[in-house]
Amino acid sequence: MSPDYYLYLSAVLFTIGALGVLIRRNAIVVFMCVELMLNAVNLSLVTFSRMNGNLDGQIIAFFVMVVAAAEVVIGLAIIMSIFRSRRSTSVDDANLLKY
Amino acid sequence: MSAMLLAAGSAPTHEAVVFWILAPIAVIGALGLVFARSAVHAAVLLALVMLSLAAFYTAEAAPFLAVVQVVVYTGAVLMLFLFVLMLVGVDSADSLVETLRGQRVAGAFIALGFAVLLIVALAGTLGSFHSHGLAGAQGEKGNVVAIAELLFSRYVFAFEATSALLITAGLGAMVLAHRERTAPRRTQRERMLERVQRGGAALAPLPGPGVYADHDAVDTPALLPDGSVALTSVPEYLQIARVDTRADAVDRELEAGA
Repeated sequence: MSPDYYLYLSAVLFTIGALGVLIRRNAIVVFMCVELMLNAVNLSLVTFSRMNGNLDGQIIAFFVMVVAAAEVVIGLAIIMSIFRSRRSTSVDDANLLKY
Repeated sequence: MSAMLLAAGSAPTHEAVVFWILAPIAVIGALGLVFARSAVHAAVLLALVMLSLAAFYTAEAAPFLAVVQVVVYTGAVLMLFLFVLMLVGVDSADSLVETLRGQRVAGAFIALGFAVLLIVALAGTLGSFHSHGLAGAQGEKGNVVAIAELLFSRYVFAFEATSALLITAGLGAMVLAHRERTAPRRTQRERMLERVQRGGAALAPLPGPGVYADHDAVDTPALLPDGSVALTSVPEYLQIARVDTRADAVDRELEAGA
């Protein structure tokens, strides 16, 4: 089977994740959509690694996973501290810096 | 194990079957993640997408990444998401008010346009591309050993930087989640003095539940020396529901015995 299909699937998943980031208002769900985008990129990196016949793509996908884990920890801690002070996780409610 | 996975991955028909079964599931799961009302449903659907991606990794001769995907993403990251969801409150529903008018429709159009752009660009470039396969890169060593050799030679600085990043992230999460105490902690002595000044019958510990021939449960009230029921011998949350009937029963039994 040609690995091209994985790239198409990765493009579709990335777009769905971007759509979620654009239209959802709950910060946690927006964050999950960001994770979906990172996963889609990982799939394309693994596919590129296979197409090019070297393992660098897999290594970069591994680093993406590590950075995503660190990012999730910090992001969720920020969401929690915003929730503590504003009792809300909606991205529309954190608007003190507006204008 | 990894050799078996590689063998399964190199068979074109097996891979096609895996792909055409799991790709629709992944896409449907991703769409469900975007359109699910409840955040918990979204998290479970995200787990579905991540697990199908792990299956794709095994089919693409990347068993190490497949295992890391299951352990790190589905195991750790997603459980962290669910943990925070439970802390924040599961019922925090999405607000349906549009702050910017027409933003959802515009977002959907932008996403659609982006998808078309991406897929057309892929279709234009991929046709002439010849795929090599990983057999040459990892040779006889297998995937895990080949990745380890690369990770600890060419990428060793990036790897060390990653450890610094993880430590910083852990510290940052601790700082962010830490809450400073606004009032000093009350000592046992202060609480004791307060109780004595309040006075009344609350100085000593509360009386235990009553012990009778047929009842000694915590909802059975004890009796005071004058024969009346001691309400403080029953926990408050039980008093609300049951102490009346149980106290009445004790009264009735006392009368019957007398």
